[in-house]
Amino acid sequence: MQRHLISAADLTRDDAVLILDTAEEMARVADRPIKKLPTLRGRTIVNLFFEDSTRTRISFEAAEKRLSADVINFSAKGSSVSKGESLKDTAQTLEAMGVDAVVIRHGASGAPYRLANSGWIDAAVINAGDGTHQHPTQALLDAFTMRRRLIGRDAGLGQDLAGRRITIVGDVLHSRVARSNVDLLHTLGAEVTLVAPPTLVPVGVETWPCEVAYDLDGTLPKCDAVMMLRVQRERMNAAFFPTEREYSRRYGLDGDRMARLPEHAIVMHPGPMVRGMEITAEVADSDRCTAVEQVANGVSIRMAVLYLLLGGNEPAVTHTRPTGSEEK
Amino acid sequence: MSKILIRGAKVLGGEAQDVLIDGETIAEVGTGLSAEGAEVVEAAGKVLLPGLVDLHTHLREPGREDSETVLTGTRAAATGGYTAVFAMANTFPVADTAGVVEQVYRLGQEHGYCDVQPIGAVTVGLEGRKLAELGAMHESAAGVTVFSDDGKCVDDAVIMRRALEYVKAFGGVVAQHAQEPRLTEGAQMNEGVVSAELGLGGWPAVAEESIIARDVLLAEHVGSRVHICHLSTAGSVEIVRWAKSRGIDVTAEVTPHHLLLTDELVRTYNPVYKVNPPLRTERDVHALRAALADGTIDIVATDHAPHPHEDKDCEWAAAAMGMVGLETALSVVQETMVDTGLLDWAGVADRMSFKPAQIGQATGHGRPVSAGEPANLTLVDTEYRGQVDPAGFASRSRNTPYEGRELPGRVTHTWLRGKATLVDGKLT
Repeated sequence: MQRHLISAADLTRDDAVLILDTAEEMARVADRPIKKLPTLRGRTIVNLFFEDSTRTRISFEAAEKRLSADVINFSAKGSSVSKGESLKDTAQTLEAMGVDAVVIRHGASGAPYRLANSGWIDAAVINAGDGTHQHPTQALLDAFTMRRRLIGRDAGLGQDLAGRRITIVGDVLHSRVARSNVDLLHTLGAEVTLVAPPTLVPVGVETWPCEVAYDLDGTLPKCDAVMMLRVQRERMNAAFFPTEREYSRRYGLDGDRMARLPEHAIVMHPGPMVRGMEITAEVADSDRCTAVEQVANGVSIRMAVLYLLLGGNEPAVTHTRPTGSEEK
Repeated sequence: MSKILIRGAKVLGGEAQDVLIDGETIAEVGTGLSAEGAEVVEAAGKVLLPGLVDLHTHLREPGREDSETVLTGTRAAATGGYTAVFAMANTFPVADTAGVVEQVYRLGQEHGYCDVQPIGAVTVGLEGRKLAELGAMHESAAGVTVFSDDGKCVDDAVIMRRALEYVKAFGGVVAQHAQEPRLTEGAQMNEGVVSAELGLGGWPAVAEESIIARDVLLAEHVGSRVHICHLSTAGSVEIVRWAKSRGIDVTAEVTPHHLLLTDELVRTYNPVYKVNPPLRTERDVHALRAALADGTIDIVATDHAPHPHEDKDCEWAAAAMGMVGLETALSVVQETMVDTGLLDWAGVADRMSFKPAQIGQATGHGRPVSAGEPANLTLVDTEYRGQVDPAGFASRSRNTPYEGRELPGRVTHTWLRGKATLVDGKLT
């Protein structure tokens, strides 16, 4: 494992599988009456959020607290950042207070990379989403969700996603979730197809390790998981698509379309969902939709990442795994 | 000391010759010239060029003296072998009146390191709506002949047409910063494979090419000449080549950084590589080199754009666009054009002195190295190789993309009308 987690593309297959396996162990903690491990006792982690993101921030905070870390939440609103303080000064100020790791969410692509590589601070940097670049823990929790659902909680241990067919639908152009997922799913051996109107696919996508299609219906019958990306309604004002309704008709997932998926296929959404836009309530509330599960899995994944980056080599959890499960 | 004998220099890279400067003028060029009464500069093995002329410099004064002043900028120019620079209009206040251009002109004259020829804004406040008083700037003491809204594109086709027509009255030229504004909203880097991966807003080649195509057609229609600033794409080269073949009066410049660097460097998210127009691809770099060699692109211009440290020591999106270039330009041209065999030193003299002086009508600059001409000269140690160290820059700013990179060539002497501004690599 590296010292920072900036991009899903930085992870090797073995790194990624280790994180997923560790996350399974962490998930068992959630099943205990006392959901807490002493692993990061005495370590301080700051959640440095320059963009509003309640769900990601809370997920990291829950993960940090379950590992017994001391947590500082820093939101840019109402702070010195709004008075013009630079990212460098903000980071150095926090480090001067003795921070071991910085979880950063920033609107500018590359801000976590700069923080990790400019010599400004020594703390470990974890990217919690930067601009339209990367959101590696989201990709990890998505892969974790797929592995559980498609292979199994115990059967999945040590496994990647080789040969699984994943379709990602929506605003790829502006999506850090799509970029991270393409990188990680490819590393894990899955076959990824992006589906979007051509206006919402970046120029240069041809070098990505995935297929691109403009027609959703053609891809549905052969996929193991379909991931719906949030589409901001405002995009139609910049002529990315004519109207909300047209987008919804061509690229939204409704009950009819869901019926075309193979029996075992799951529907994923990183949230927040825009019901009626990219996904109907019928689909969002169905058993096949993993949106809520993804949130729960996010905490386990973030615990695993924090543990592996900060916790050193000692085992995180005493072994509670039923013996023989690996053979399944 | 009024006489200087430059002994044994390869004039424009040719045979070794002696050049005798008397006062402000070249008195004699030949072999075995007498050193009597003259200070001797031994120049065996070095290349003597006419003083370089930069058609595209940002000196930042007035307004952003924290990044550069006319004094520090012209000292950087002399260090890089320049004897004349054209100062862009995007200062604070904008150089859109006779008063501002005269101020910049006079500061250049007072400091004496390099002639400063101000460029006037095409439109009031660079806003693209209303023509600035182009005639008044031309008639002022600064004698402005080049007009540009550089940093912004004159995107309104009617305003551009009128500007092209209007400056014909006094032989002026409009230098266009070709950037279609709607196609480049939020643009952060070249649009392509790398931007797709990095999630940075794309600056597509077509945003430059479509404006160039429009402007060469406008120039043809109204019978004006037009100059294209910092051309950066292979497609732009094709359009300019086509326009020239059609007899359209168009000239174009390329920056040293677009001859060397590509958008792969943006993967570091280090804003020192953030520039406008952005670094393009390897294919563009090779097209630009070939075009400069065959004359499709007429000149090299630095787009020297100083910025204070804090404007680059930040995240990519927050950083300012631009790179300093005056002190490294000749080295980059040697690396990319001379050492690759694309251009000889006479070609360098043409692209970095003769032609830019001609386009900008810089009187007394870009002249042949021969008797009777003004003694604006640059002596280059072309055998030198060394790492770029921004700490040693004369410029007030350090935002160079070449820090630590080994580059060939070093200017050892610069003379402005017979007066040494740089001796053995040190400013006088």
